[in-house]
This record gives sequence, C-alpha cells and structure tokens, in this order.
Amino acid sequence: MRNESRLAVLGAGHVGPVIARLAIAAGYPVAIATAGDPDDIALITELVIPGAQPRWASDAVADADIVVLAIPLHRFGEVDPGLLTGKLVVDAMNYWPASDGVLAAFEASAGGGSAGEGSGSSEIVARRLDGSAVVKALNHIGYHELEDRARPAGDADRRASGLAGDDPAAVAAVAELTGRIGYDPVRLGRLRAGRVLQPGGPVFGQVLTLAEFERAVHEDARSLA
Amino acid sequence: MTYTFGLDTFGDREGGADGTPLSHAQTIRNVVEEGVFAEQAGVDFFGIGEHHTDYFPMPAGDVALAAIAARTEKIRLGSAVTVLSSDDPVRVFQRYSTLDAVSGGRAEVILGRGSSIESFPLFGYDLADYEELFDEKATLFAELLKGGPVTWEGKTRAALLNQDVVPHLESGSFPAWIGVGGNPQSVIRAARLGFSLALAIIGGPPSRFAAYSELFRRALEKFGQPPRPVLVHSPGHVAATDEQAKAEFWPRWQEVIALVAEERGFAIPTEASFDRETGPDGALYVGSPETVATKIAANVRALGATRFDLKYGLPGLTHDQLMTTIELYGQQVIPRVRDLLG
Repeated sequence: MRNESRLAVLGAGHVGPVIARLAIAAGYPVAIATAGDPDDIALITELVIPGAQPRWASDAVADADIVVLAIPLHRFGEVDPGLLTGKLVVDAMNYWPASDGVLAAFEASAGGGSAGEGSGSSEIVARRLDGSAVVKALNHIGYHELEDRARPAGDADRRASGLAGDDPAAVAAVAELTGRIGYDPVRLGRLRAGRVLQPGGPVFGQVLTLAEFERAVHEDARSLA
Repeated sequence: MTYTFGLDTFGDREGGADGTPLSHAQTIRNVVEEGVFAEQAGVDFFGIGEHHTDYFPMPAGDVALAAIAARTEKIRLGSAVTVLSSDDPVRVFQRYSTLDAVSGGRAEVILGRGSSIESFPLFGYDLADYEELFDEKATLFAELLKGGPVTWEGKTRAALLNQDVVPHLESGSFPAWIGVGGNPQSVIRAARLGFSLALAIIGGPPSRFAAYSELFRRALEKFGQPPRPVLVHSPGHVAATDEQAKAEFWPRWQEVIALVAEERGFAIPTEASFDRETGPDGALYVGSPETVATKIAANVRALGATRFDLKYGLPGLTHDQLMTTIELYGQQVIPRVRDLLG
C-alpha cells in the first residue's frame, strides 16, 4: 500500500458504501459515519462494507486526510462546517431536483453543463465549508455502476471520472484517489468547472472512456461558445 | 424450498397496432385482461405499481386489482409499489384489506418509493421530507398489519388512540414487503419493522445485492424477528427468441429511458449499455424463455430469494406482445426456473 491517506466517508446510504468499498479495495484505510451512533451501522459495515471502521463522524473526520461527503444534499445543512475545517472534502453529492426534489439553497445551481449562469452545487457547498478544500468528484457515475465499471490503470476497458477544485494539492490527492479506485481522473480545472459534472451536463450518468469524456466536455463547451 | 413467481406492471401505456398510444382507459382495461390471463398462464402473483404520468397512467392500481380479483381464483394480487410516503397508511391498509376481502385473502403490498417522485407535489408533500414520511408511515403500517386497535402518534398524520381500523382481516394479516433500491439502511428498517424485503434491481449487476439478503437475515436476528422472505423485482420481456425479444423491447426501452433522462438530466442509454444489461450480469431479463429462466434461476440462487417478480411491459409495447410475454413467462419460464432450482 503506497498511500497512507485515510478516508472518512460520511453517509451509509446508496453512495457512501460503494465509494468506501472501492477505496478499501484500493488500499485506503476507511472509516464510515452517519449523523448517528456508529453502533447503528455496525451490521451494515460488517456485511456491506467489510474492512471499513464505523465511527462517530467527528472521530472519523478528525483522523482523515480525505473526507467524502456522500449524504443526501438536503441533509447538508445539518453538517457542521466547523467539523470539516482544514480538511480536504470530496463533494460526491448532486443537486438533482427532478429526482430528489427542490432545495431553495441550491436552486441557483439547477442545470448542468458549463453554462455561466448561476452557481455550481459544489460552489455552494464550498461557500458554506469555507475552511475546507472542496473537490467535486465521484458524483457523475451512478452508484449502481461505479463499482462494476471500475478497472485498474492501463486496462483497455478503463473509464474516466471528472474532478474539479480550487486547491491544487487537494485536486492532486483526489485525482490519485479516483485513479486508484478504478477511473482515469480528468482534471477539469477550478471548482466552477465542475458544473459540467452536474445533472443535465454532458457526462452525468455516463460511463465514458477518457477520449469520450474529453470529447463530450469539449463539445459542451463549444455548444455554449 | 417453495418459490413463487410474479408479474408486475406500472400500467405502461400500451401502443396500438399502428403505433399510436392507446388511451389511458383502454390501457387500464388491458391490464385487467393481462392480470386475468396471468392466472391462466400459471403465474403466482400479479402486481401493479403506482404511477401518475401520461406514460404510466396507473395511480389507483388497487381498483384494477379488484377487477382482476373478481375474475380469478388463485393468483395473489398486490401493489408494486405503493408510494407510502405520499399516501395515508390507514387508507392504504383499508384499500388492501378491502382487496383482501374481495379476493378471499389474496392481497399483498409492497411499500416503497419506486423511482418516481410525481406523487409528492401532486399530494402536497415535500420530497425533502421523504425519509421521515416513510419511516413514520411504515411504522404505522406495521402496527395496522397486526390487527386490533391501534394507538399511534407522529408528525405526518393525525394521531390514533385505540382506533379500530376496518375491515378486519380474516387471516390476521397479509404479506407486506418494503421495496429497497440499494440503500442498506432501508434493509435494516424493513427488518426492524417486521416487513419482508423486496429488492428492486433495475440496473447493474444483480449479484451486488447478495450482501443485502445477508444483511436482512442478520438484521432480523438482531431485532428478534422471525425469518422473512426476499423478493427480487426486475424488468424484462419474453418472446420466442432472444432476437425477437430484444428487437421488441429495445426501441421502447430507449424511448422511455430517454423520456426519463430528459426529465431528470442524465444520458440516454446506448445499445452497448442495453446489451450489458440484458447479458448474464445485467439487470434486464429480455430474451427467449430459456435465456430468461436461466438468468432468473441464477440470480434467485445468488441472492437467497424465494420470490421473483418480472416487471413486464413498457410504454408503446402492444397488448398482444404483452400477452405473449405473460404466456411464455407462465407456461415456460416459471416451470423451467423451478426445474433449474431443483
């Protein structure tokens, strides 16, 4: 195991366990936490996320180098920004009103693509977590496919996954995470550029090769020019 | 081991011979015919899922189920699913206990969300309250199923104090499942409240749900509940050959997913993704009776399930195509799966 970065995955619903399993398989030490008592997810962890440690969120975050936010976006308002101060935070959440309902705090981010209007959902997340280095990643491939389509580097069937953030060191760490769990990382630029990964954008719900991914993003940018 | 096999529909709006969509009313009448025919074909269960759209015009499936009940003897009848969060659990219980009376004890319910959200604005609920709504209402529904006067208090409906809810069930209770789409905490909830587990597997490799069956079994033990069955619900289509089944299903699948994709902002499916989903590791059961039976048997075994429900039909498929699917499923697929499972 060449990497000693420790992960805290916040959320044990659809997405959190999938990312946790992929990270464990890639050799990362992983803690998983919800808003509640770790005992409540002990059985889930044992059977569905073997190798992860169920912990209180504050403990998991305190010991983590990378914190993955994999909670429903409507619960994000309950997360204490102070808990995440100084941390690298992967925002794997989506604002997807057609699937999850409308959230007033995120209405400015409705729609995908790189359109200049409004604000990306991760930019809204980052404004609230102003002491954290937020990277948008692991949000655009469905949880039901994320594990199945993961492939090691160099595999002919490897696919790509995009990420965006304002802190270069944080982006580098999440690019490494993305690569090690099974996807060619595509660095899109600053957090604002992550709008292209949102619902309605050209790669949301898609599992594309690196070339296909780059073409889709490029065509999207051109269509707006 | 006793296995049961069902068919589910969402009231998918059917296509006429000339390709134009049938009316909502004709589609509903056809669904009733399909339910009656399912019994004749040897299917054990017929389920209707609640939807509120132009392409799934089926908001009151229990009414259609009652019509089927009046013309059948053995087939079990239920929801697949009832969107409990945007309904009143007392009312759902009353509708299905009435169906149980009409049908002579053949009613079931699967409670869940499905993948649709249109009932929330329709009935004035906020999707952001989904978890609390479902948790409270499922808890109340579990109390109602026990029979006898119910005392309950929560935030999502009026409190009940020693309330006798009628009609009483002749057999004490009816089968009730919670539909789960991949959230392990929903599996725990089903076990805690004493429901059976319905795994809705509509994309990706079904084998990833094996851990959920085990989680359910262990959680039932932890909560002191008796063993309860696991059901698998997945979409599919049966025709004489693999080629014919795919040729009928794929264009309609592409259309309906494109429709949903446009509403929700994700990519439309490619033929490559369809081939993956209809292959041995995918979630769609589209093919000849032998192909579909082999896949059902493999996944029922892998997931420790004792019940499989095929969600048949898609908007635009014709009544004749659906009747063929039902006939092949009942007369060839089910017996073949039973053989394969020994």
